[in-house]
Amino acid sequence: MSAADGTSVQERTDKLEGLGCKRKRVEDARFTQGKGKYVDDMKLPGMVFGDFVRSPYGHARIKKIDKSKALALPGVKAVLTADDLKPLNLHYMPTLAGDVQAVLAVDKVLFQGQEVAFVVATDRYIAADAVELIEVEYEDLPCVIDPLKAMDKDAPVLRHDLEGKTEGAHGARRHHNHIFTWEVGDAAATDKALGSAEVVAKEFLSYQRVHPCPLETCGCVASMDKINSHLTVWGTFQAPHAVRTVASLISGIPEHKIRIVSPDIGGGFGNKVGVYPGYICSIVASIVLGVPVKWIEDRIENLTATAFARDYHMTGEIAATKDGRITALKCHVVADHGAFDACADPTKFPAGFFNICTGSYDIPTAFLSVDGVYTNKAPGGVAYRCSFRVTEASYFIERMIDVLARKLNMDPAEVRRKNFIRKEQFPYKSALGWEYDSGDYDTAFDKALAAVDYKGLRAEQKKNREDFAAGKTRSLMGIGIAFFTEIVGAGPVKNCDILGLGMFDSCEIRIHPTGSAIARLGTISQGQGHATTFAQILATEIGLPASMITVEEGDTDTAPYGLGTYGSRSTPVAGAATAMAGRKIRAKAQMIAAYLLEVHDSDLEWDVDRFQVKGAPDRFKTMQEIAFAAYNKAIPGIEPGLEAVSYYDPPNMTYPFGAYICVADIDVDTGVTAIRRFYALDDCGTRINPMIIEGQVHGGLTEALAIAMGQEIAYDENGNVSGGSLLDFFLPTAVETPAWETDFTVTPSPHHPIGAKGVGESPNVGGVSAFSNAVCDAFAHLGLTHTQMPHDHWRVWKTAQKLGLVE
Amino acid sequence: MIPAAFDYHRPASLDDAVKLLAQYGDEARVVAGGHSLIPMMKLRLAQPGHLVDLQDIAALKGIKDTGAGFEIGAMTTQREIIQSAALTAACPILKEAAEQIADPQIRYCGTLGGNVANGDPGNDMPAIMLALDAVYLAKGPAGTRELKARDFYESAYATKLKEGEILTTIRIPKPPAGHGSAYVKQKRKIGDYATAAAAVVLTMSGGKCASAAVSLTNVGDTALFAAAAGAALVGSSLDQAAIDKAVQAAVGIAQPSKDTRGPVDFRKSVAGVMVRRAIEAAAKRAR
Repeated sequence: MSAADGTSVQERTDKLEGLGCKRKRVEDARFTQGKGKYVDDMKLPGMVFGDFVRSPYGHARIKKIDKSKALALPGVKAVLTADDLKPLNLHYMPTLAGDVQAVLAVDKVLFQGQEVAFVVATDRYIAADAVELIEVEYEDLPCVIDPLKAMDKDAPVLRHDLEGKTEGAHGARRHHNHIFTWEVGDAAATDKALGSAEVVAKEFLSYQRVHPCPLETCGCVASMDKINSHLTVWGTFQAPHAVRTVASLISGIPEHKIRIVSPDIGGGFGNKVGVYPGYICSIVASIVLGVPVKWIEDRIENLTATAFARDYHMTGEIAATKDGRITALKCHVVADHGAFDACADPTKFPAGFFNICTGSYDIPTAFLSVDGVYTNKAPGGVAYRCSFRVTEASYFIERMIDVLARKLNMDPAEVRRKNFIRKEQFPYKSALGWEYDSGDYDTAFDKALAAVDYKGLRAEQKKNREDFAAGKTRSLMGIGIAFFTEIVGAGPVKNCDILGLGMFDSCEIRIHPTGSAIARLGTISQGQGHATTFAQILATEIGLPASMITVEEGDTDTAPYGLGTYGSRSTPVAGAATAMAGRKIRAKAQMIAAYLLEVHDSDLEWDVDRFQVKGAPDRFKTMQEIAFAAYNKAIPGIEPGLEAVSYYDPPNMTYPFGAYICVADIDVDTGVTAIRRFYALDDCGTRINPMIIEGQVHGGLTEALAIAMGQEIAYDENGNVSGGSLLDFFLPTAVETPAWETDFTVTPSPHHPIGAKGVGESPNVGGVSAFSNAVCDAFAHLGLTHTQMPHDHWRVWKTAQKLGLVE
Repeated sequence: MIPAAFDYHRPASLDDAVKLLAQYGDEARVVAGGHSLIPMMKLRLAQPGHLVDLQDIAALKGIKDTGAGFEIGAMTTQREIIQSAALTAACPILKEAAEQIADPQIRYCGTLGGNVANGDPGNDMPAIMLALDAVYLAKGPAGTRELKARDFYESAYATKLKEGEILTTIRIPKPPAGHGSAYVKQKRKIGDYATAAAAVVLTMSGGKCASAAVSLTNVGDTALFAAAAGAALVGSSLDQAAIDKAVQAAVGIAQPSKDTRGPVDFRKSVAGVMVRRAIEAAAKRAR
């Protein structure tokens, strides 16, 4: 239908580049030309550089630190140790998990790579030279490396600072290396169901320690303006406002005198959520010296000292009827948190949202218990491209379903189908306490199985196994299925906060007189493309082209308060705030249009980019006209201007889901696994920008491949870390990455203003178990039920060896 | 990842480079493509006081066909080796190996001389040189001397090169026309050192193996020349029994250490698989 100005609805809709448009990323013009502005690009007059002396030991007493030689080196401005921070009460800092972490080692070092002293010098080279000149005398102590032995009676005491502290942030501590125990569900009913079940499958699943490894490492520039007592910190922060509040609480500097800026960020993946000693030391040094202090980690420091992910050791028991109906699920986790509990989870969730571990299945009874323990490893436990331990939970249930399928001698696809939560059961209340918002699992699963010709693949596999047995091939084919359900968009303030800060988010919009706009949000893009997608949400809501809307984030002096970007929360929370702020704009615009058209508000209807008189579409005012009127007409009863702010407290989480299928070929003689095919169907509700979604899925699947097939931060018994450089830490290149096939269904979230659920993390959450299931499946006919990740060459070969396939 | 201070020298002639080495003694290190030395310096595992960069010395570059073989300047890059049609036609294993080194960007900088002279057991080219029976020319204050590749490697990072000497030229005899060769490498990802790799160069005559050279990468503290493995193939029709024997002989000299690539038994086993696959590929290519 044509409007009065001769343009069709479709033409006007296309011009907006709003929801559903494969709009090119506006950020890429600068990124692809090397013109991004990252924290290490910052150069300020008089700026000096910090560097750390780090512990070579996993556990040792510090007997003496001699900094005299370093201080004598020309260009060295200061050397800080814990003794210098103690008078300021900054030798420990609070962690996001309610623990404290040593900013600089106090009396002892607790992990290899721990920060012992901070050197500040006039250039980066002198700082590194000075690090070498600081003499630290250590007395080696025995390490706790195996988390399963951390609570042994005779295990060494790691945290002397907690001696005698029987109450932790999450309840009673029953051992000197115990952090918390978290229990969810009905233990008695679950045990009863397990005891009376027709079939019970049990397995121990170890999800190794990995690291988010963003391409840009962590860093900051701290600048204390002593004249105005104003502190500015530019840094790699995924949650700048939270950093501001925490910095104020720790330092005593009033919050209005602190400005935190996140410039362009080269990937975060959870690694840049927490607060690191480098930030504190840089701030202290800037306050002491009165000049800006820059600190940038190198790759080894990033991999070995900043926040790791996973390190969950899970024992699962799953009960079912003989025909495959699941009756109960039990899970016990030993969670290795390293030397300090610096997990990044909402306060009330010490194991994050791991209790989503009943997955996509209608499981009547379940019980979960998680024991967090201290070890001599780096602190962390962040959500590496996932929402708070959801990847661990998804891996757990998707692997357990396959383990059960083996035990039942059923096809793993069949077991899944039999136990799916049905479309009509939503909103669905899970046995472990979540209310799933929406889903249509059967439709998605059918589409996925058909797309890969699942029956055909199983027939091909049968032939492959016959050929292998006959000695015609040395390659085994594996088919891995994952049907994951995520829980993202933290979260409702009633149960989600970080350090007492509710996990709402925000958007502030200003429409300029000429019909362009700026939107500021409390989130911060680290590559997600917010400047592109949030403009699209707004374009559809307010009828101005996305290209006319600037999206700005990351500067706490200008952006409204928000909790940042991680846990796929930006679209579910800040995206909702954006839509709601847009609707406030539209509501005011409607009143202005009514005045201009001399009709009553209720006589108008919205049509793509304008308000028109109902039944008389040739009488209309475009949003651009309305914007101008807002600034140049004196309208009775309406304030000038066109601005809105929305703070959005989501009523629920969102629950994206997907069906992933992996086909792998394993060379048993070398242990090399080739990924022949990977099909990923994602349902993230309303799709804002399909191209960005596809890019997110490609990136997340590549990380999932890395985790499943090779990534590991490993420690030997003396606490020496391996995997701390990109020589060993598996970061796949284009060569190692297979071609990804993406697909989708759309099941909107019923409570989100535009029905979007978030997608950034789904491929990591769902991908890992699909790869792992494919590897296990390749050997399933030989009796293998499970083998631990990562499925690197030697481990796969060892599996083949144990099964007698190689000598 | 910040190196210690050093002085940087960029001589324009080989004589000047040799003089600089004589002047600074064990304080000085030559740098070719820099892809082994510079990371070591950034980790401060190497702290040379003087870095003598060879890249301006024209005499160290280029591939010369001498009829009987090739003389390759030490500063010839891996990319130049891959691009050389003459080299690939006469001795295809060089291209095959070079293409398995790191990634294209590194191959633009990394040199053959640096790869063979550094003595890193993880480098790929030493094993190729062992299989091809190459000779290295080394120039020092006392002049130039010839060193057989098969005698050159002593232990990790230790070679027959004396202090003050620069490896200038790699002399490679042309394998007979119709020879078959292969370099088969298992690695975890692009840019990784081999879990194990094997080079094989062999000739066939009347259905029988007339000559065979087998060598291994990164399963010992130097590249390894598996003389017995080659001998096991000569005279055979490259039947399973002969290949089994060769594999056994090659694995017998492999002494890999446990590392993040895997435990000893795995890496030995992979070495055997690599040798077997290299023999099979070389046999297919031989005429």
